[in-house]
Amino acid sequence: MLLEVRDLYVEFRTRDGVAKAVNGVGYGVDAGETLAVLGESGSGKSVTAQTIMGILDVPPGRITGGEVLFQGKDLLTLKEEERRKVRGAQMAMIFQDALSSLNPVLSVGDQLGEMFVVHRGLSRKDARARAIELMDRVRIPGAGQRVRDYPHQFSGGMRQRIMIAMALALEPALIIADEPTTALDVTVQAQVMDLLAELQREYDMGLILITHDLGVVADVADRIAVMYAGRIVESAPVHDVYKAPAHPYTRGLLDSIPRLDQKGRELYAIKGLPPNLMDIPPGCAFHPRCPMAQDVCRTDEPPLYEVSEDRGSACHFWRECLHG
Amino acid sequence: MAEPILEVSGLVKHYPLTRGILFKKQIGAVRAVDGVDFDLARGETLGIVGESGCGKSTVAKMLVNLERPTAGSIRYQGEDITKLSGRALKTVRRNIQMVFQDPYTSLNPRMTVGDIIGEPYDIHPEAAPKGDRRRRVQDLLDVVGLNPEYVNRYPHQFSGGQRQRIGIARGLALRPEVIVADEPVSALDVSVQAQVINLMERLQDEFDLSYIFIAHDLSIVRHISDRVGVMYLGRIVEIGRDAEIYDHPTHPYTQALLSAVPVPDPEAREHRERIILAGDVPSPANPPSGCRFRTRCWKARERCELEMPPLAVPAVFAAGPAAHDSACHFAEAKQVVPAETAENAGTAENAGTAENAGTAE
Amino acid sequence: MPEPNEPEGVVAGTGAGGGMGLAASEAVTLERPSGGAERTAPQGKPRSLWSDAWRDLRGDPVFVISGLVILFLVVISLWPSVIASGNPLKCDLAKAQEGSQPGHPFGYDGQGCDVYTRTVYGARNSVAVGVCATLGVAVLGSVLGGLAGFFGGIWDSVLSRTTDIFFAIPVVLGGLVLLSVVTGSTIWPVIGFMVLLGWPQISRIARGSVITARQNDYVQAARALGASNSRLLLRHIAPNAVAPVIVVATIALGTYIALEATLSYLGVGLKPPTVSWGIDISAASPYIRNAPHALLWPSGALALTVLAFIMLGDAVRDALDPKLR
Repeated sequence: MLLEVRDLYVEFRTRDGVAKAVNGVGYGVDAGETLAVLGESGSGKSVTAQTIMGILDVPPGRITGGEVLFQGKDLLTLKEEERRKVRGAQMAMIFQDALSSLNPVLSVGDQLGEMFVVHRGLSRKDARARAIELMDRVRIPGAGQRVRDYPHQFSGGMRQRIMIAMALALEPALIIADEPTTALDVTVQAQVMDLLAELQREYDMGLILITHDLGVVADVADRIAVMYAGRIVESAPVHDVYKAPAHPYTRGLLDSIPRLDQKGRELYAIKGLPPNLMDIPPGCAFHPRCPMAQDVCRTDEPPLYEVSEDRGSACHFWRECLHG
Repeated sequence: MAEPILEVSGLVKHYPLTRGILFKKQIGAVRAVDGVDFDLARGETLGIVGESGCGKSTVAKMLVNLERPTAGSIRYQGEDITKLSGRALKTVRRNIQMVFQDPYTSLNPRMTVGDIIGEPYDIHPEAAPKGDRRRRVQDLLDVVGLNPEYVNRYPHQFSGGQRQRIGIARGLALRPEVIVADEPVSALDVSVQAQVINLMERLQDEFDLSYIFIAHDLSIVRHISDRVGVMYLGRIVEIGRDAEIYDHPTHPYTQALLSAVPVPDPEAREHRERIILAGDVPSPANPPSGCRFRTRCWKARERCELEMPPLAVPAVFAAGPAAHDSACHFAEAKQVVPAETAENAGTAENAGTAENAGTAE
Repeated sequence: MPEPNEPEGVVAGTGAGGGMGLAASEAVTLERPSGGAERTAPQGKPRSLWSDAWRDLRGDPVFVISGLVILFLVVISLWPSVIASGNPLKCDLAKAQEGSQPGHPFGYDGQGCDVYTRTVYGARNSVAVGVCATLGVAVLGSVLGGLAGFFGGIWDSVLSRTTDIFFAIPVVLGGLVLLSVVTGSTIWPVIGFMVLLGWPQISRIARGSVITARQNDYVQAARALGASNSRLLLRHIAPNAVAPVIVVATIALGTYIALEATLSYLGVGLKPPTVSWGIDISAASPYIRNAPHALLWPSGALALTVLAFIMLGDAVRDALDPKLR
């Protein structure tokens, strides 16, 4: 396994109390594999990613347990110095908002080249040549001329390509993409996702795709991990989940999205709201919104039951859900 | 089709580009909306889709008179509302209301929910007698599924979905006939989107509303709309009943747009044809001549550069399921949305053929 | 994120699914409130921002303390003889620079005047200059800046260029030129000068925050309802744009009292026999080694006054922000 997160706990200390953002998350990704981490706002999907990358703001964040094994080493116990060498060179991250992730006063060529100057010790001139090469690789037309342009001179889709180029620069083994296409229009989104998938195959990278979009997941993922209230509620190969979800939350999400290829009547709506992270319901965190909830769900927190060899569900009634 | 409640014709909005500090000189214009025509029937939902910068939000603003059109007319029950001012404008505003995209910025953080929903009555005192207002506000909260006792709370005490309900309640207060909803669910979580969509559909039946539903999400637009218009660079390129647009698109842009939407079905990804468009949307300050889509279109020929295609039923489709307006010289039917399993396909067919399928449910 | 629950509140929905028993129409699921609690009985009077703000302020110790200090200042400004029986102009050079004595707790200044009496009597002019100049600046600046920000166009350009010109005028030099032609010993020319040079600062801030507030969707929403410009400005924009103006104005108040001192020191501000903290501070500063008390007391009074107004401004700003409750 390229990356494995084990039993991770992260909390945030705020003025109003302790928000338990991540409560025992575990997932793994292999080289060449795409893992989609699906969840709504507040599910802990981005916090987990920030913890893996080591860019969690501490404080107010605090890692209270678990390990992040990257190529066998626990990143959480590494010194900041060694951690920095991993970041960028061996794992890289792509963010949702490319405009605010790029420095507006430096040309994109300088920003791309800097990666090579800092990590590889190349000269400015060589770094610029590599920057042009990278921009070609992510198919930015006229890379040779545009290398001197500033971020605001590019369109949203082109900026996201530059972000991808930056992530790829040092040929990392793992890329974490946090909602990489959410801010983009559908036609551009398709271009960018295609590019990302293609580059992933080319470099045989592991890809963790964090998203709330069930359509994007179905398009690109190999495996899916569904998060709710800071836990993994279902983890499975992507085909299995869409065929027959083994957790009522996953089922609810799939039923609640309108589909392009069918004209439905009323949408199924998951009742209620995502839980307050300062006051997560006891037992199964999803029970107040769950149509299948029984007494046991209010008291006993379900473990991640093994549904099959490569599939797990954190629901006491996963069998009923799977077959009903 | 029922009589139109709203008729939009030749709608244009250009924003001047100026230079100069004190004395401004016009050096060009952003053609945000450049000749848009459509009708809205009573009780109908017209979906307008398009990517960012296509002018759909500007159309919404002109419909509710937040922006004055540069040219063209918007007739509400036969009367052109773009030239109105003062009292007459205020009366029209009662009947055309708007629901905004961002539930976090569309509610004044310093007003209580009761004041926000009751404000329409302060502005239009004739709509409700003073003593009755509080009760009406509480009724509205109840109608949108919120606790009527929340009147004294502030917006920040609510979640995104709840705020959007408050925004909808404000829009309903004056009992409008038309509601223009600009991306009303795109800021919400998936599980909450369905709640708000269902609410809007229920309210449409309950209050006999006509909707203009503007969104970039084609799946949601299909779900809620009876008819759909597709916009590109300030113009409508294709408009028709929802089955016509989704099952028989004839404009290349619509086809590309539809084929790019991810379908939540991993089985479909292998045998789905994807049309990946090259390049970006050109700047609306300097749109291409002729057909605006030609710079990204795989069918473009010389004629597309010289001649702007009219929005009309292409002759080749004069009869048949694909007979709807499409602004393309080389229109060609193409199925890009995968056909569903037998039962679902049946539903789609029915929805397409039955008159007023959307409101009859 | 939820708000802290008010202690006296009835929590309207503990745990998810709370609120289920409340009225909900059948097709819709009632959402759980995101936190926060009912503060009053549901059938209570409808509330508004201002009544809520006032209720908050009364319970805010910062507001109460700063309010009491300011009230005290106002009282001694109006009736200084209530707590000081002496005459601020009666000085005895023989006692110059002497320290604390019975009946003269603050000692004497360089001219042999009683520091306590002068500090008390100085409050009137200092506070009057500070408050009047601040009010004038705040009103003129926010009206001009707010209108320019709201309406935009040519008036906005004219105003922006005008403020640029005023920013270029050095305050002290401007004071020397403008105030030297004034005769008489009232405080009004000084206040007028401060308003003249001070309004562009507030106007710039007001303009910026009005432009920010104006772009919010809730202003568009109100406009779509048919709200008049005055309604948009007073009800939607002003409450959301006033915070930075309050902050800058309360800080400026201290600056104006200090500026009065500077101008007096240069001989163009208030002129003796007028009594003010500024005059006393500038008069005492040459003797700081021998008679620090003569400098300490009027400066302390000035600092306390400025602090009280800043605290008051903070409290008012916070009370006007429902998110902080």
